[in-house]
Amino acid sequence: MGPLTIVFARCLQAIPTVFGIVVVTFLLTRALPGDPAAYFAGASATAESIAEIRAKLGLDQSLPVQFWTYLKDLSSGDLGQSISTGQPVAAELLRRLPASLELTLTALLLSVAIAIPLGVLAAVRQDSWIDQLCRLVVTAGVSLPTFFTGLLLIYVLYFLLGLAPAPLGRLDLLHVTPPQVTGFLVLDALIAREWATAWSAARQLALPSITLALFTLAPLARMTRAAMLQALASEYLRTARAAGLSRGRVLMVYAFRNALLPIVTTLGMVFSFSLGANVLVEKVFAWPGIGSYALEALVVSDYAAVQGFVLSMAVLFVLVNLAIDIVYTLIDPRMRIEG
Amino acid sequence: MNRRELLKSAGALAIGSSMLPFFKSAAFAAPSDTVVVLIGNTINSLDIHRPGTNRPSYQVAVNVYDRLVTFGTRKLADGSLAYDYDKVVPELAESWVIASDRKSITFKIKPNAAFWDGSPVTAEDVKWSFERALALGGFPKVQMGAGGFVDPAQFVAVDARTFRIDLKKPSKLSLPNLGVPVAVVINSKVAKSKATANDPWAAEYLHRTPAGSGAFKVERWDPGQQLVYVRNDKWAGGPLPAVQRVIIREVPAQATRRALIERGDAHLSFQIPNKDAQELAGNRKVAVTGSPIDNCLYVACLNYNFEPFKDQRVRQAVAWAIPYEQIFRQAAYGRGVPMWGGTTAKPASAVWPQPFPYGTDLAKARALLDQTAHKAGFEVPLSFDLGEADWGEPAALLIQESLGKIGIKVTLDKVPGANWRTVALVEKKLPFLLENFGGWLNTPCYYFYWAYIKGNLFNASNYDDATVKKLIDETLHMEKSDPAYEPRIRQLIQKAFDDVPRIPLWQPTLESAMAPKLHGYQFWFHRQVDARSYKLA
Repeated sequence: MGPLTIVFARCLQAIPTVFGIVVVTFLLTRALPGDPAAYFAGASATAESIAEIRAKLGLDQSLPVQFWTYLKDLSSGDLGQSISTGQPVAAELLRRLPASLELTLTALLLSVAIAIPLGVLAAVRQDSWIDQLCRLVVTAGVSLPTFFTGLLLIYVLYFLLGLAPAPLGRLDLLHVTPPQVTGFLVLDALIAREWATAWSAARQLALPSITLALFTLAPLARMTRAAMLQALASEYLRTARAAGLSRGRVLMVYAFRNALLPIVTTLGMVFSFSLGANVLVEKVFAWPGIGSYALEALVVSDYAAVQGFVLSMAVLFVLVNLAIDIVYTLIDPRMRIEG
Repeated sequence: MNRRELLKSAGALAIGSSMLPFFKSAAFAAPSDTVVVLIGNTINSLDIHRPGTNRPSYQVAVNVYDRLVTFGTRKLADGSLAYDYDKVVPELAESWVIASDRKSITFKIKPNAAFWDGSPVTAEDVKWSFERALALGGFPKVQMGAGGFVDPAQFVAVDARTFRIDLKKPSKLSLPNLGVPVAVVINSKVAKSKATANDPWAAEYLHRTPAGSGAFKVERWDPGQQLVYVRNDKWAGGPLPAVQRVIIREVPAQATRRALIERGDAHLSFQIPNKDAQELAGNRKVAVTGSPIDNCLYVACLNYNFEPFKDQRVRQAVAWAIPYEQIFRQAAYGRGVPMWGGTTAKPASAVWPQPFPYGTDLAKARALLDQTAHKAGFEVPLSFDLGEADWGEPAALLIQESLGKIGIKVTLDKVPGANWRTVALVEKKLPFLLENFGGWLNTPCYYFYWAYIKGNLFNASNYDDATVKKLIDETLHMEKSDPAYEPRIRQLIQKAFDDVPRIPLWQPTLESAMAPKLHGYQFWFHRQVDARSYKLA
């Protein structure tokens, strides 16, 4: 099977999943205990004004009718209007998703850059000081909640030392958002050749992404270490060593390449997971991402926004899995044959 | 042979890269005529009339639009500033005349009052805006109704500069109600040009693009992040703001807001928790202002639908068993106005709110309970809004503990914010709950109207009393100067003392932390940022 066929087959497989998610989120949002009409009618609303709003939201219709309307809108790419923000959900997600992606990707890059060498070293020199360090980092990363690390970093690096910039979101007050190309502020500013803005955006990005990186580092380092250990103990490695290959080649080509598969799997999981889970980091750093949007929408029973969020996350999940499958085939030739 | 070096350098690189962003610190510096304000909630619309517009968005109506009238300023005992409900002053109107039968008010609009696009503010604009507030329904309509404005025919544009409002019956609430955020005047020419058949009131357009005459224009709005106001140099509504620009930043995490204000990176952290206010009060780098919220009480409501609470003695027993002092210390952090321990069982004045004649006296509570059919005690859930958990939770826990001592077994019931309004205020089915209603219009009768008449929204107790209803009906629209007014209010307060469907815990304050160089901070009944008076010195 060629790679294109694999991609196509995987996309086909995703369709029932996505449809299932559409149904489930629709039902789940309707099962939320709150009454959005009463909520949005405001402080001193009367029964009559609540009814007016209910009709405006289309919530006076029966569930199947609401679902049908939702599907119809969805098929034309309309995710509906968020009542709490008053903006179209699609536009809002498009604006906020890059913020979350920028944060998550930077954090992942950072944690990969640390976790993989750390894991490899820890495995190669088992029980050395670096292995102990790895253990410490992993335990800390798993056990410290992100809001705690975030606040701690703010307290030390911003509040006490004044090294980090004010945690005021993606840009400080002096700079204006560069024209949007990628949605990643640092890149956009570089493209627009606004060096000061790029620097400011990068500085704003530093603390939250380190916070998130500390959290995502743990599973990656642990997996790297475990996979490397397994590879190092394997028969084929003994053979390679016996064949007199250089230690570097044995380690990087034979051991590491084989260890890469579970690492990539973990990476994919960590990515999809942290995209939604970085809501606490977003809250602490006033980061206008998708997680805080979803949380606020959930609190006020903003159906359209919650549905839009879950749906876009589902699609993203499918895409990430697809990307990982493709990466698999690159790493492991067996996949191409068997797949 | 070179593996070690390779890995060593890889490790060094990884560690180095994590340090990269902290090369140096560039202290944040906003221009000297810019005020930076932090808020915790998000502004979701620039149009106060739109259904779904949340409370934090009301500040846009205040800063960006004008009303016909506004309120004066008074200095409180602690030196802080607050609006003065008893002093209605001009904003867009230069003068007004109340007809001799008090059934209409005629306003003369200031000759220099102009919208941002330069067109004059006309009576037509006022009429259109008020009609819009009624037509879009929801909260604006209810609030307009509080002033007796229910029918578009009441709004008359006499000529370009003369606007008349006809009243179905004379009411002291009518004029002040024109100074609330909802009663904004919109540039109707601009709005009408953006209206469509589906959207005759240009709700889509005004939601994102204000069209007003106010002291500030919106320079930039990044929903979920910030709102930037820039001064309208031609403002006719009042003294020109001292600052050129105001940046409202949304910072959801309370701890982050506190770090920012303590570091001096913002001028004002609007509405901080009482705990922070208490802790920051001794801090010399930050000034804390706590303004009592007029006509607002944090109360424990006893629902008449719940069998034991039908008995007045049971309600009084509960009122005697509440640990007021402790709640004030632990839930309010000592910031607020005590509303217990009144010295006389009869109200000495018509001041509202005033301390109720209850305190913590378990023996008295026990004795009262023993006279009733419920002397064996009973079980009752105490509900509070999770959105108000910062004070609701400690208060509920303390009440639970104390009532347990007189045999009332209290269980705690936390209700999510989206649910609260429905179960507590609309269905009114919670037996025992913590509630925090405050009226924008600062008269006792207005509070009683909303909270003590059966069926009205904030009467979560289902309190129903013919005398009280009659007294409220009589006083609601009566002038405060009427000699009949004060005795009736005293009677109302007396009923509130005796029947205690609502047990006041304390009168809350609105706490804000600000840089010492920010002046002109003023408390408003709408509890939102009014940047028009801010100065930097």
